[in-house]
Amino acid sequence: MIAALIFLAIVVAIAGWWLSRQRLFSKPWLETGNAGLAPGTEAINQPASKVGLGVFLAVVGALFALFFSAYFMRMEFPDWRTLAMPRIVWFNTGALVLSSIALQMAVVAARRGRLQALRQDLLAGAAAAVIFLVGQVLAWRALAELGYFATSNPAYSFFVLITGVHGLHMIGGLIALARTAVQSAGGEVTERLRTGTELCATYWHFMLLVWVIIVALLAGWLNEFADICRQLLV
Amino acid sequence: MADATPQAVDNIPPAEVPEVELYHPKSWWTKYVFSQDAKVIAIQYSGTAIAIGLVALVLSWLIRLQLGFPGTFDFITPEAYYQFITMHGMIMVVYLLTALFLGGFGNYLIPLMVGARDMVFPYVNMLSFWVYLLAVLVLVASFFAPGGPTGAGWTLYPPQAITSGTPGGQQAGILLMLASLMLFIVGFTMGGLNYVVTVLQARTRGMTLMRMPLTVWGIFTATVMALLAFPALFVACVMMLFDRLLGTSFFMPALVEFGEQLEYGGGSPILFQHLFWFFGHPEVYIVALPAFGIVSDLISTHARKNIFGYRMMVWAIVGIGALSFIVWAHHMYVSGMDPYFGFFFATTTLIIAVPTAIKVYNWVLTLWRGDIHLSLPMLFAIGFIVTFVNGGLTGLFLGNVVVDVPLSDTMFVVAHFHMVMGVAPIMVIFGAIYHWYPKMTGRMLNEAMGQFHFWVTFVGAYAIFFPMHYVGLVGVPRRYHELGDATFVTDSLHSLNAFISVAALIVGFAQVVFMFNLFWSLRYGKESGGNPWRATTLEWQTPETPPIHGNFGKDLPIVYRWAYDYSVPDAPDDYLAQNDPWPQKAPASEAAS
Ligand code: HEM
Ligand SMILES: [Cu+2]
Repeated sequence: MIAALIFLAIVVAIAGWWLSRQRLFSKPWLETGNAGLAPGTEAINQPASKVGLGVFLAVVGALFALFFSAYFMRMEFPDWRTLAMPRIVWFNTGALVLSSIALQMAVVAARRGRLQALRQDLLAGAAAAVIFLVGQVLAWRALAELGYFATSNPAYSFFVLITGVHGLHMIGGLIALARTAVQSAGGEVTERLRTGTELCATYWHFMLLVWVIIVALLAGWLNEFADICRQLLV
Repeated sequence: MADATPQAVDNIPPAEVPEVELYHPKSWWTKYVFSQDAKVIAIQYSGTAIAIGLVALVLSWLIRLQLGFPGTFDFITPEAYYQFITMHGMIMVVYLLTALFLGGFGNYLIPLMVGARDMVFPYVNMLSFWVYLLAVLVLVASFFAPGGPTGAGWTLYPPQAITSGTPGGQQAGILLMLASLMLFIVGFTMGGLNYVVTVLQARTRGMTLMRMPLTVWGIFTATVMALLAFPALFVACVMMLFDRLLGTSFFMPALVEFGEQLEYGGGSPILFQHLFWFFGHPEVYIVALPAFGIVSDLISTHARKNIFGYRMMVWAIVGIGALSFIVWAHHMYVSGMDPYFGFFFATTTLIIAVPTAIKVYNWVLTLWRGDIHLSLPMLFAIGFIVTFVNGGLTGLFLGNVVVDVPLSDTMFVVAHFHMVMGVAPIMVIFGAIYHWYPKMTGRMLNEAMGQFHFWVTFVGAYAIFFPMHYVGLVGVPRRYHELGDATFVTDSLHSLNAFISVAALIVGFAQVVFMFNLFWSLRYGKESGGNPWRATTLEWQTPETPPIHGNFGKDLPIVYRWAYDYSVPDAPDDYLAQNDPWPQKAPASEAAS
């Protein structure tokens, strides 16, 4: 459960940092009137949707961290063999990086109020993400043709499982992106459109980060890390 | 003590919380069925949870009939027995307690108590309920599926959960169970986002974190935990679905079944146990923390005394929440783990007892020399303290590896967790219903029926679970359909078992009276007025009772004090509401509304 615990430690650190600024040592029974209205202890001054996305990403992060934990634990068994990564995965990774870049450019365009550029960037981002998904389907087929059936190598099962869950999250993201793109068909860059673009970009960067870890994991680059952790535990 | 001086209240500008765009229901359907109002969603959640909980109650009678009078009921075959215990446990833990505390009380109380008009994402909140309802329906469907529901035990341990010897293992039962759990988790996540972000974002002016009622602290922390813990169950469910449907071997070792070698090989059942308990242990505190919070408010209100050690209570809630993520393996002492591993988990397990004990002391010290009103909520709150201490002490036994090894998988464990996670939180739920029913309906629950309900439930629960500890100590294992002719099973043990079963039936009957009371008082209950308990928290200060859509009047309340100003010297009344600016006058904007 190392991966999950590391992830939790990060969450605890962030939550602890925030809580430490909430005057948890104050004595509320002595403070009446507006003495309690110290700056920084009010409701968070951000759009609810951004805070909501942050919390949601914590949940998604926990989900993937647990998959990674399961992967590490299953790795210790003798029937384990590292997966030969299908080549196309590298191409897909590139597509996902481009997709993230496009959305970051969309954010910049939205902040500057350049509607035309915003539309193009959103579409480019979506297109790259679709290419990524199509590429993933090809990757699964390539593996299936190699004859790695579910029963033959647990690493293959994990590949299907983890990239599948990641893909589902990308599809969900695409739906949100589509809604933002529809909004951008209007005449101007509204506050809502800007927030929507920012939310999509944040989500995309996060999914890219998750993807990079997935690839590192499946390609076996983290095996040594896993060994170190194991030695720490035993 | 410089910060004790109240500054001039007139400085506070009127509520600066931006007015949210409230959605306005246009038809009966959107007002009462597809409603986005957290209060309606709360009632929908509670109603569904209680309905499915009654199914689990009936299942518990069937379990007890078999254990108390083995061989008498032909229809309780071993398969049926396993199905009963599985569904009983799973429904009670997930679909009743979790849903009722977070979906029910969370939805009703969070916006009202923090002074918000509604949850921040009302539409997602509505979806949350409908996905939950779907999860419940899928679960119910498994009762009617060929082969019936799964009989794998609520822990669903592989490999047996998906092998053919287990009821539902190779049929629809386990599939529907896993699907239902996954739906539940998706639905809960939608709701959970709302509860968390509402507390973070929608607190009214003056409602700092350290002025929130402990109820909100408890529900908030439990929700954060649930958001992080449920993914573990989700991962376990997906991987088991893969094993069962696609033939992968995540959890499945090489197996021979009825002389035939199965396709599986190399998987690790222990991996599942890790994932399950990584969810499972936080889950017990997901149920406990809201109960902790609510009971603090009940005790303070009904003893007319401020809560003892508020800060400590908050720290303890947060501390327990964090610690409970690193104790999960105390459920796996007998799984053949490394002794050092066991030592680590025994240590963390016992450490978590410290903040828990602090909370118990603080409840008792709040009662100490308080003006205790033995109202129904107070009775249930005291019932909670007693049963919780009882269950916590047996937890200390089980937390030590050497003591746990002989006790594991006996009825002693069953007695432990029923005391601490069954009876105790249910006591709080009852207390909370008696406490907040007047706000939800404008009428009091009938006192006589309530007294009957309390005494039968409290005494009855002890009659059931206290002897059960002894049954476990003698060595009776859990999850056995019949004990057979073992020498340690004496006649007196049999009569003890029969006694427990009779008590269980009686306690069950008392719940029928409670259900009747809920409906009866809707029509005939005494009118309660807006604040029958003279409580301080914001939900009691709404202009209408029951609160209407939008909760508060034209202006949101401004909060001037914490939630526990009872019996303040010199104050005009024996309580000061959170939005009462005493000793100053109300600012103009508030007085006008
Ligand atoms: C003082 C704190 C506690 C300690 C030290 C403790 C310890 C333990 C241990 C070691 C077990 C495993 C027993 C075994 O299977 O052999 C256990 C089981 C259990 N505990 Fe606790 N516990 C504590 C508090 C709680 C609380 C507060 C709850 C719920 C609100 C709870 C609910 C459960 C449940 C549901 C099980 C049984 C799960 C199963 O096997 O089906 N415990 N406890
Ligand atoms: Cu536990």
